[in-house]
This record gives sequence, C-alpha cells and structure tokens, in this order.
Amino acid sequence: MADIEWIKTKLPTIIEDKVKKTGANKNKVIERYKKMQLDPGEAVGIIAAQSLGEPGTQMTMRTFHFAGVAELNVTLGLPRIIEVLDARKEPATPTMSIYLKKPHNTNKHKAEQIANKIKQVTLEEVTSEFELDLMTLTLKIKLDSDLLKKHSITVKQLVDSLESQISGFELSEKRGILNISTDSKDVKKVYKMKEKIRSMYVSGISGITHVLPVMTDSEYVIKTFGSNLKEVFQISEIDFTRTTTNNLCEIEKVLGIEAVREAIVFEISNVLEGEGLPVDIRHILLIADTMCYGGEMQGVTRHGITGSKQSVLARASFEIPLKHLVDASIFGEEDRLTSVVENIMINQPIPVGTGLPELIVKMRKKIAPDKKKKAVKKK
Amino acid sequence: MTDVLIDGSLVGTVSDGKTFVQDLITSRRAGKISAQVNILYNEKEENVSIDFGRNRIRRPLIVVKNGTSLLTPELIKDLKDKKIKWFDLIKRGVIEYLDALEEESTLVALKEEDITNEHTHLEINPISIFSVNVSLVPYPNYNQSSRLARGQKNQKQGAGIYALNFLNRLDTNMNLLHYPQTPMVRSFTQDIFGDSLVGGQNIVIAVLNYGGYNMEDAIVINRASIDRGLFRSTHYRPYTTEKLRYAGGQVDEIGIPPKDTQSYTLEEDYRFLGEGGLIYPEVDVTGGDVLIGKTSPPRFLSHLESFSMTANIRKDTSIRVKYGEKGTVSKVFLTESGEGNPLVRVEVRENRLPEVGDKFASRHGQKGIIGMIANPEDVPFTASGIQPDIIFSPFGMRRMTVSQILETLGGKVGAMAGRFVDGSGFQSEDVDNLRTELLDLGFREDGTETLYDGRTGRLYNARIFVGNTFYMRLKYQVTDKLQARARGRVALLTRQPTAGKAMEGGLRFGEMEKETLVGHGASLLMKERFDSDKTVTYVCERCGDIAVRDHYKNKLTCLSCGDKAKASPIEVSYAFKLFLDELKSMGIRPRLILREKYKS
Repeated sequence: MADIEWIKTKLPTIIEDKVKKTGANKNKVIERYKKMQLDPGEAVGIIAAQSLGEPGTQMTMRTFHFAGVAELNVTLGLPRIIEVLDARKEPATPTMSIYLKKPHNTNKHKAEQIANKIKQVTLEEVTSEFELDLMTLTLKIKLDSDLLKKHSITVKQLVDSLESQISGFELSEKRGILNISTDSKDVKKVYKMKEKIRSMYVSGISGITHVLPVMTDSEYVIKTFGSNLKEVFQISEIDFTRTTTNNLCEIEKVLGIEAVREAIVFEISNVLEGEGLPVDIRHILLIADTMCYGGEMQGVTRHGITGSKQSVLARASFEIPLKHLVDASIFGEEDRLTSVVENIMINQPIPVGTGLPELIVKMRKKIAPDKKKKAVKKK
Repeated sequence: MTDVLIDGSLVGTVSDGKTFVQDLITSRRAGKISAQVNILYNEKEENVSIDFGRNRIRRPLIVVKNGTSLLTPELIKDLKDKKIKWFDLIKRGVIEYLDALEEESTLVALKEEDITNEHTHLEINPISIFSVNVSLVPYPNYNQSSRLARGQKNQKQGAGIYALNFLNRLDTNMNLLHYPQTPMVRSFTQDIFGDSLVGGQNIVIAVLNYGGYNMEDAIVINRASIDRGLFRSTHYRPYTTEKLRYAGGQVDEIGIPPKDTQSYTLEEDYRFLGEGGLIYPEVDVTGGDVLIGKTSPPRFLSHLESFSMTANIRKDTSIRVKYGEKGTVSKVFLTESGEGNPLVRVEVRENRLPEVGDKFASRHGQKGIIGMIANPEDVPFTASGIQPDIIFSPFGMRRMTVSQILETLGGKVGAMAGRFVDGSGFQSEDVDNLRTELLDLGFREDGTETLYDGRTGRLYNARIFVGNTFYMRLKYQVTDKLQARARGRVALLTRQPTAGKAMEGGLRFGEMEKETLVGHGASLLMKERFDSDKTVTYVCERCGDIAVRDHYKNKLTCLSCGDKAKASPIEVSYAFKLFLDELKSMGIRPRLILREKYKS
C-alpha cells in the first residue's frame, strides 16, 4: 500500500519533469496514462495465463527444444519455460555468461586464461595411472606433470584441495605419486573411494564442466556449461554486474529476490522471442511478480503459488484433490469463497469483471441500534 | 565357414556360402527343388537362410540373366496363343516367387529398358509397385506419392456396391450407391477386379469459382443432376436383439409389452408392432419408434421383493430406432443365435439424397464437401449447353494433382468418343494423342470451354476447364452427424447434460471456454452458462448441514438438529451438492455457513 501512496504523491512530479524535459503536451501524457490503466476487475491473471499458453501450444507443435553445439547444448523452447515457471532447483542445462572487466574483456589470451581458471579440473584429468594395492589397502595415483602444467596446478595445491574432500583417509605425496591409505580394513570402502576420487575436482570452480570464450560484439564473453555463481563472483577479473547464470535458484541465493524476478522475465521473454512468438512483457511481469512477491521464489505448482492459495476448493481443483481435502478437514479449514474457482464450483457470480461490483443500499433505518449510538458518539 | 539356417534354426555349416546359394537357386529354377523355397546368403552375418515355412508373403518376378529378361517375346507369344500357362513359366524358371528375405539379395528393374548387367529380376508390370487400391488411380505416375496414398484411402470409403450378395447380408452401416458406374478413365487393373464392385459415377466437372460456395475444398453440385439421380444412395442399418435366458428359468419375452411394464413409453411408440411384437416391413419409422417389442425380467431380485408384487414387473427392453434417425423397415429376420436363442433382426433403410455437408472425392486425394446445391438455372453452361454436375474449386489445383487434370481431359475424350481411356500407371495413353483426339472431336485441345454464368448470363472472361471425372460419394454424410439440442436428457448422477450424439447430448462448454469468459469478466454470463444443473437445496443455518424437507409433516428439518433446525433455501449447482455428499462418504463433514448477501 505504501507503494501506491508513493506513486500517488510522486507521479505528478515525475510527469512534470518528463514534460519539461521533452516538451510534450502534459494533458496528452496524462490522458494516455489514464487510457493505459486497466479497469477494476479486469482478469489480468487469466489473460496472462492465456497469453503465455497460446505460444505454448504453438511451441509443442513445431520447435526444436535445444540449441547450440554438441558440448554447449542449452535447453530452450517449451521445456525451458516450464522449468522456469516450476522454479526447478536445477535447470536441465545450467549455463553461465561470464563478462570480464574493462582491460581484460578485449584480450583474447586473458579471456582464455580466465576460462581455464574457471573450468573445473578433476583428478582424472591430471593423472596417468590409478592403482589399488589390496595388501596394504592403499591407492596409488601417478600424477602427470605435463597435464598439471597445462592446467597450471602445483602438486601442493592439488594435495590441499584433495585433503579436504577425503575424510577418513590419509594422503601423502612422494615424487609425483599420491598415496591414499586408511586405517579401516574395509575393502569395499577403499574400492568406492577409488571410483569416487577420479571425479573429485582439484582446481577451477566445481560444477563448471565446459568453458567457451566467445567473441560477442566487441568483447570476449565466457560461456560455460555448468553453473556456480557464488564462486565465479570471487574472481577479481569478472564483471559481476553483467555476469549471469540461467540457474534461477542460484541467483536467488547470491543476488536476492529482486534479481530473480528480473531473471524470470528475462528468461521467459528470451525464449519466446527466440521462437518468434513475442508476448507483451506485462504478462510476464505479472507472473514473475506473483512468483516472487513472497520474498522467496515460488513455482506455479502445487508446492508453490497454487499450493499457497487460501481457498481449499481452489487448491483441490488443481492436482491431488484428496490430499488437500483431507488435510483441510483435519485442520478444520474454512473456505471464504472469495476467489474465482470456488464460485464457479458452486455456480455463483465470480468476483471478476461484471461480478465484482456489488449493490450497496443505504438504509434509512439503522439495523443495529448500538451501531447508531457509536455513530452519534463519533460525530 | 558359413552357418546354414533352415526356417530360422541352425542345421549346419557350409564352406562357401555364396556358391552354395547360387547352386541352390539354379536348381530351384531348374525345378529340382520346390519353387516355394527362398534362399538368402547374408554376407554381413556370414550365414545362409533357407525358408520354406508358412506365413511368408511372396510375389512373382521375372528372372533376369546377364542383362536380359528370360521372358522372351516368343514366350509371350506362346502365352497369348495359350500354348503355355503361367505355371509353365514357373517350372521353366522364367518367373519365380520371392519373399521379403530373398528380396534382400536382388536388384529389380522396373521396366525392361532399365535392365543392366547388375539386375537380377524384372517387375512383371511396373504398376505392381503400387497396392491394389493405388493401382486403380489413373495416371498415378504424374503425382506426388502422398496424393496417391490419400486417393486410395478415399476409394475405400466410397459408397458403391461393396459385395454382390448385399441383399442377403446384414452389415452395420451399409451404404449403396444407386447407379454405380465403372470409371471411364481407368487402369487395366480395373478390368482384373471387375466392373461390378465400383463406387462412383462419371460426372462433368468445371474448374471454377462459384461465389465462394466452393471455397477451400467445398464443391458446388447441380440440383438438376441430383434430381436425375446423381449420387443417390441408400443407407441400411440393422437392429438386432436376442431372446436371452437368465439364471432362475426366466426368459426375455418378445411381444407387445403390457402397459404396466417398467419404463414403458407412450402407447404411440408401439403402434407399428404386430401381434408377435415385430414390426411390419415397409413401415416408415423415426427415432424412438419401437421395432421389436421385448420385455426382460427384473435384473436384481432381493429376498423381500421376490414375494411381493414388484417381482412380476418386467422391464421394457424394446429395440427402438436410434435417436435422430429415420427410415423404412425393409426386412425382418427371425433366426437363431449361436447359443440357440431366438434372434430377431430388423433392417431399416433410408434413401439419402446428396445434401449440403455430404463428402465427395475424386480418386486423386481431392476430397470436399458440398457447400451449395445450385439451381440448374444458375449453373454455368457451355456454348453447346453442357452444364457441369460439380463445380470444383481451382483452389484444389494447388495440390498439384496432375493426374486429376489428365483424368478430366481423358474423361472428356472418352465421353465424346464413346470409349474407355487407359490411364494405367507408367503405360497410360499419351496425353498428346488425347489432345489431338479432342481437337478432332471438335473441342479445344486443352479441354477448356467458353462458359456462361448462369446467374447473370454473361460470358466468363476466362476459358474454363471442363471435363469428365470419376467421383465418389464417401460414407461420411451429415445426417449421421448433425445434432443440436436446447434442453434434454441429463445424467442421473450429476444432473448435467449427457454427452454424445447417441444420447441426445449437448456440446460441452469446457475448461478453456470457461477461461475465456473469465478473461472477459463476463461473470454473470458464465453463471448462466453453467446453471444447467442448478438446484435449490436447504441448508440448516444452525449446523451447516444439508436440510431435508419432511413431506409427512410438511416441514424443513435437519438430520442433526431435528426440530431446532433453521433451514434456508440456497441455489447451488447440483454437482456441488454431490461433491458435499462425496466428502461425507469420505468421512469429511463439510458445513455451509450462510450469510445474507446484501447485509453489511
């Protein structure tokens, strides 16, 4: 409500400023503003849903839902929209666009260097041999010094990063050979570790499996497969004002709810525009707002927005009705029948459009005598 | 070493598979082993498959040796002179039957001139690459293949004579064309299959727009043609019932049901029944009329009921004409079913004239429905006074069905010269010859004519393509589909309108349609639209339960509050009341809290 008050007081001055700057007709500006306002009771939610549903049906019929080259294959189209609206924890293909700060962003060598720094390196990628000594229950791992040099990792760095990941095991290093031993006599455990240690990351940023520096317009942008916004932001050469990921959950954790809202709008309109089916941004804004207004991102699912509906009947009419009805009866919930779905169910006018205004009759005779007294007192 | 498989199971090995198979095939052609054996040497998998089991589809091909067909002109001459027969060719190894397996190792030439040294076989006729139905399409090799696929599908749906013994058959949905004709432009396969089982008529078409009534795929048909019997058909529908026996010695009874039977309808409905409960032939009936009067014993008998009066009340299970249909009873059959029970079948026939909405098609995948039945005086006419039967839209030409144009041209030649025109695939009559013949017959060689608009009498500025085409009336007719209702039957459980044509149902105003009303804010319109099942029910304001009217005391009571109840009427959809009842059956007690709507 505070926002509406703010708009009411600030808007005239904002218009005044604009009019002064551009020399436009003030009355026309105000007239246009008023024309663009929606009527009370306009079913904006339904219209937004229909506006997004129409291109959705188009897209199921005639699109490829993926784009990009073999290693950098990004989910697009309908699956991507569903993913965003459902507020999935992890997208099917997490990717990042990493922008660089001023001097570095035009330097190809530097961009490649940073890209290599970001890329996650697993132990497997820098070793030449794995060996399991069953007698002493020790793993012997032979490091490849050439590969280490290529990824610019020192043996000490490697040992440090590995040590934190292998609890319960002893790690020692001797002339390029890692010895991993344990006190336990469990062969299975060691065997498991042998498999597990291959994919342990030793340098770079965990989660980022592929990097690709691309020249766009006038600068180098590092496109990645895999996403880790928090770690990438730690790198000093990164321009964190422009670097993004398509993992909305990560954006929420690192940058907060306002950023997610922006990201939802960007992701949806991006996909729709890519398909050549642009939708008015206001519809997307409404959906993004609804997903984010609670301070926490909610998907349009039975766990998210629909699940948080106040009405029992509205919730029951959307997926797994029995659970909602039984739960509601256990808690003795009450349905005030204030929304659309419930009123359709009982066949009453819905509080939208023509069903919204109600007739209020001024009674000559006051119904409750005590109310009258109060009214007099106030006067 | 090569494995040898006989009918799929391993029997042994040979050292050289290739020569082994060659030896086998030559001895088969020489007649040393059965002609039914098919052999394949699979080089990749290093095995030899020998099959002579059942269920292999085989087809005959001419054997080619060293780039020449073994079916020499001398042999063909002998065949024509009836000196040798088909089986002699097989015995001599000129023709052999291949199955799908052996076909893998062959290279088949379509025509004799195509044969090279690599070819092993030759098609007997190039048309055999088509199915039976596609081979009936004239000039098929001028078309895109998908048009052929569609064209053959339409042929199967054409009303015609589907079996010569149709008078003795009782098929469901039988459609008989009154004056079927054999196609004028035809494939030689038509001669093989005969002229008796055809489903269409040769008509005159003009390719022309007609005031938008033949837009998209619609066609305009000449009323004069219909009046003279074009595309008339009869639709037959049999109604069957069996006199069943039930456990407990009870039997169905066929006869005029007594008036006190359960679900007895108006007396009028039974008026056509004779004494035996069967309808007379040649009676005109409409939907709801009883064809076979039948009563069945009550289905469930409880202990109490079996001693009471109700036990003797039988149920009317008469067979009635389907809702929305009409016709004349053509035949009444009385036989026995497989179980030995008496079986009655009544066949109702209906004469059907072409009407707006009926579906027609040529053999080239050009289907359309009648958009208008034009009065003869309004139909365009040529200088010589010819009027088309059907006005086909030029819109259909964008599908590039060249075969249809050629058929129309050929049809014109055939009609004027009084002969059939050969349109067999790959060996059809030369189009240039057809053109010169048409010119000799006194027409323009491209088949166009000067046409006058029947509505205005004016000459069309363009010359219009007019010719004869074989058209079929397809089995999809509006009378089978047309349906409307305002008020009518409702389902017992939900009190909502029934669904489907057979049940006199409504058209559902569904979820998405509902959404559009919400989107427009047309709240009260929606309430009206969805009030098909509205009911007034009573709610006890004291406890929130549904109240009941006690007719004995003429008083509203509530089952939980008894006399203290304060019941008020409310209007809700019956489905919601049912929903509340279902909740109760789950052990959930829903309560309605009432409030005066216009009180503050």
